[in-house]
Amino acid sequence: MPSLSTAPDDHVLRLTGVSLGYGDVDILRDISLDVRRGQVVALMGGSGSGKTTLLRAATGQIKARAGQVILFDTNLAHVDGEVLQSLRQKMGVLFQQGALFTDLNVFENVAFPLREHTQLTGPELLCRALDTLEAVGLRAAAHLKVSEISGGMARRVALARAVVLEPELVLYDEPFAGLDPISLGITARLIRSLSDRLGCASVVITHDITESFAIADHVYLVGQGVIKAHGTPATLGNSSDPYVQQFLKGESDGPVPFDYPNSQQFDAWLARQEAKK
Amino acid sequence: MSTEKTDWWVGLFVLLGAIALTFLALRAANLSSFSLAQTYSLSAAFDNIGGLKVRAPVKSAGVVVGRVSSITLDAKTYKAVVKLNMEKGFLFPLDTSAKILTSGLLGEQYIGLEAGGDETNLANHGTIQLTQSAIVLESLISQFLFNTAEKQGSETTPAPAAGQSKN
Amino acid sequence: MSLNTSLSTIGRGVRTRIGRLGTFTRFFWLLLQRSSIFLSRPRLVSQQIHFIGNYSLLIIAVSGLFVGFVLGLQGYYTLNRYGAEEALGLLVALSLTRELGPVVTALLFAGRAGTSLTAEIGLMKAGEQLAAMEVMAVDPMRRVLVPRLWAGIIAMPILAAVFSMVGILGGWIVGVLMIGIDTGAFWSQMQSGVDVWNDIMNGVIKSFVFGVAVTLIALYEGWQSRPTPEGVARATTRTVVAGSLAVLGLDFLLTALMFSN
Repeated sequence: MPSLSTAPDDHVLRLTGVSLGYGDVDILRDISLDVRRGQVVALMGGSGSGKTTLLRAATGQIKARAGQVILFDTNLAHVDGEVLQSLRQKMGVLFQQGALFTDLNVFENVAFPLREHTQLTGPELLCRALDTLEAVGLRAAAHLKVSEISGGMARRVALARAVVLEPELVLYDEPFAGLDPISLGITARLIRSLSDRLGCASVVITHDITESFAIADHVYLVGQGVIKAHGTPATLGNSSDPYVQQFLKGESDGPVPFDYPNSQQFDAWLARQEAKK
Repeated sequence: MSTEKTDWWVGLFVLLGAIALTFLALRAANLSSFSLAQTYSLSAAFDNIGGLKVRAPVKSAGVVVGRVSSITLDAKTYKAVVKLNMEKGFLFPLDTSAKILTSGLLGEQYIGLEAGGDETNLANHGTIQLTQSAIVLESLISQFLFNTAEKQGSETTPAPAAGQSKN
Repeated sequence: MSLNTSLSTIGRGVRTRIGRLGTFTRFFWLLLQRSSIFLSRPRLVSQQIHFIGNYSLLIIAVSGLFVGFVLGLQGYYTLNRYGAEEALGLLVALSLTRELGPVVTALLFAGRAGTSLTAEIGLMKAGEQLAAMEVMAVDPMRRVLVPRLWAGIIAMPILAAVFSMVGILGGWIVGVLMIGIDTGAFWSQMQSGVDVWNDIMNGVIKSFVFGVAVTLIALYEGWQSRPTPEGVARATTRTVVAGSLAVLGLDFLLTALMFSN
């Protein structure tokens, strides 16, 4: 699936030399990535590798400690309040657990961004929300309460909510986690088709290799705080980096060790346990 | 629940609150029509107001006809000047007298008005001339002791008539 | 050395608490700044009044009734010793409108509505609903917290008034219907002794202040809770404890201010 032309103003999201962390710890260092209009970009890495942190940097929830995060041609470092709000309206985010509003039903969840940011009411609102639900195959589930739908369906409703305002960038945080094979296939195809239809850029954060390789134009592999490799799914398979190889092949030992490293605290704890007997 | 139904229940809730407050104000407390009625002002000077407070009732024949609106000290005569808010419907003659009385034995103090016989009535901002101050317990006791001492003394010597001060 | 460490622990404790008080005040200020949503979307507020107020009505009314019963019984027992049973109406009414109405309502409110608010906000935080709103360019403080704050402030005086009213009726039921005090004396002594401005208005002011305090604490604890089951559980406990203590402490201050003469 070809990506669109790479004119300079087609950059939707760009990170250059970004470092991110919480408190004293730096989770990610010197991250550079590039997302263009119409592209599906996969961000992969093991658990705890900082993928969600990257997502938070892209939405402006946390600020970069070094480097630049440029969203829709605006540097996020010096932006807040109104400007940040208007940037966020052009963006949709699918959270890991769906993050649906449990006090509203399916229709109200999808209609929420419309009610908040547009002047649509009544039949137009109904139409627009139902159309978006139809795109994810859940038009007839609009009346259900959030507690009445399955996990896979909740993920799809959240997806509908994320795209109902027809954003220019959609971020997916682990959209494939915990789904059955049918839902997996559906979700992957939806991500690709929405991206093509709306002409938006999609960033998929995942560790699912098969599905993401099937739909992604470009893949970034994050590990040990840096970007280990990037390229098209095909070129990534040919990389010689041992981390990449371990990840792609799913080997249990390699640059990411199987055994948790020893520490002073463990030795002290063990000594106490043995003294008890 | 649809928004119309919610609104209806909330309206009912607020109405219930209003009813409760009205009940408390009217049935439990003394919010009479007086507070909304028209009033005129009178003033009276006392040597001692005792425990009289602002908003204490002004009664005539036991019926509330007004309220004390302010209490100040006249710097020249050193008397307490009490201003009264009187209900417009009740007019009193020029020679009405005002006394500071206590409700019950140790209750709160109020002003009792006794109407005089004059044909002209007190006008707005008029002054009640005849006043009787509050009974201060200490003066009462010392007077009692004085009288007792005098009476004991009068058994040996003829004593002068015991002075009745209008204090 | 141990004196040193205990002093530094105390010092650290005091500093953390003062810091927390500062965060709490800033939270209050942030919510006040965003209160314009009360005027632009009153539906949100009225929805919350329904959840907070209407759903508390039953427990408040029933509690009020029982407190009224007890006041009637206990009051009669004491007044009887001085031959002053006819003043029962006055005793019940003053106790309720000045103290028990606002205070007991606030305590019950902290337990019922306060904990549900804290749990709701805490769970929304844990389920990333608040983060989702933020990323959708909707201010969660404005959309979720402010309506709940105003709903609590509006609901509390109403609930306290209902409590007092039902309590007085309860006292009447016990005093007049069960014990046999003259109903005329019951009401007339009450009416001559209870002042609208001093007693009832002050009670309303108290319940208003309590409404602000309890609702604010409930929202704050939910907002600051850790997004785990244990975090939410601890937050709800703190709401009840802090809310109740705040109510009692403020009650002392307000009573001293209002009824000191």
